[in-house]
Amino acid sequence: MIRLNLEDKLFNATIQLIEAAATWLPNDVENALKMAYEKETNPLAKNMLKAMIENVKVARDEVLPICQDTGTVIFYIKAGEKFPLLGKLPVILKRATIEATNKIPLRPNAVDVFTGKNSGDNTGRYIPWIEWEIEENSDIAEITVMLKGGGSEAPSLAKVIPPGQGLKGVIKIVLEDIFEAGAKPCPPVIVGVGLGPTGDIAMKLAKKALLRPIGMRSDNPEVAKFELQLLEAINSIGIGTHGMGGLTTALDVHVEYAYRHPAALAVAVATNCWAARKSTMKVYSDGKIEYLTHPYLNKEVK
Amino acid sequence: MVNEYKLKTPLHEDDIRKMDIGDIVYLSGIIVSARDSGHRRALELLNKGEKLPIDLHGLAVYHLGPVVKKVNDEWKVIAAGPTTSARLEMYEAEFIEKTGVKMIIGKGGMGAKTAEACKKFGAVYTIYPGGVAAVAAKSIKRVINVYWLDLGIPEALWVLEVENFGPLMITIDSKGRNFYDKIYADARNRLDKEIYPKLGIT
Repeated sequence: MIRLNLEDKLFNATIQLIEAAATWLPNDVENALKMAYEKETNPLAKNMLKAMIENVKVARDEVLPICQDTGTVIFYIKAGEKFPLLGKLPVILKRATIEATNKIPLRPNAVDVFTGKNSGDNTGRYIPWIEWEIEENSDIAEITVMLKGGGSEAPSLAKVIPPGQGLKGVIKIVLEDIFEAGAKPCPPVIVGVGLGPTGDIAMKLAKKALLRPIGMRSDNPEVAKFELQLLEAINSIGIGTHGMGGLTTALDVHVEYAYRHPAALAVAVATNCWAARKSTMKVYSDGKIEYLTHPYLNKEVK
Repeated sequence: MVNEYKLKTPLHEDDIRKMDIGDIVYLSGIIVSARDSGHRRALELLNKGEKLPIDLHGLAVYHLGPVVKKVNDEWKVIAAGPTTSARLEMYEAEFIEKTGVKMIIGKGGMGAKTAEACKKFGAVYTIYPGGVAAVAAKSIKRVINVYWLDLGIPEALWVLEVENFGPLMITIDSKGRNFYDKIYADARNRLDKEIYPKLGIT
């Protein structure tokens, strides 16, 4: 038996993590689609939802990408300060991205802004993108990969409004954005809203909000109430599944916030398509891997 | 009343003209993928008086950048759902006029210029459910050819043989009607007349 070192284990596990994200829609999203299907009364929307749920099953059973746009590869890392491969993580994740692109396969989606040239392997300047959080007194790394589709980036925006406009100002920005986007981002979408002092902080929070499971409310009761209010308002617009009309334009709304500046309330909106592909694993310092969103993998990998 | 049609390429104008928004099509024959760069290059060539590598008269163009795999020197399409058509609005009217393509397949809807071209030249815009890519790939029987791979895999022209590809919903018909117009007008109305007043937003 060949003994793999931690670096090899992490490399292999990351490929598995990316494959799981591309081919197996997380349970929370699939369940939300099924609920939307059950309650839908618009026949056109209902037919579309049925096709989507069937596609999720086919992709999972046959290990095929759910969507041909396998997205931009984005990693969210929560790493303990004592995780042994802390400094090596970016290199390992990049290598794993290249190998996953070839093996699964993924569509090559990394394009040079200035030359228009596609790198062919989903890597390039700053890509895969990595977001870090470092945790004290831990030697574990929790790694999430998000395969972020391009079409559902169209509604992304960050805007600074006078704080006097308050939460009503926030609601209006979100609703106008979802209305403008219409059928383009593949609704029912998942909406992330970030609030804070600057545009970039709000945008990061909006994107991070997309990682929260569907149905999980903010732990702040005021924010939780606001999320539900936004969700109800969005679903009253009537864009519906792929713009067919009907009851579900958004599967959920998640709001994350930072304290704002006295003079500025930055509002950001990030959306994910219905095929919200993400997967998370925990990597222990002894090489043990635990898949959190796709636990079926825990049996296959030692 | 919704009609269902089974069509085969080459598509004929009289078949196209009898379909209305909301109708469903299952398509067999040849479809060719084209996205932003594909549309741009095609129009550049045609405007210089040059020919495209494939004659698109009577065929369908699919807004698609597939996931593909090469198995023993043969390309295999693994996932093949539509991309967002709105990006192609800036090219499509001229593309329909100059290529003679009869059906556009995409998702998310297209605008007034495309609708005008559909009316004038007898074409339709249809949608396939976005993200339904594993199932869509099953209708693709083979890759007949691929051109312009220098644009990258997503942007190349993939010439595909399909069998009963659908359901494709007619979203812009050859009368120039757009299915999404009413959806958005109703949505705008609900926002301004119901949702904003209820939330106290002006």
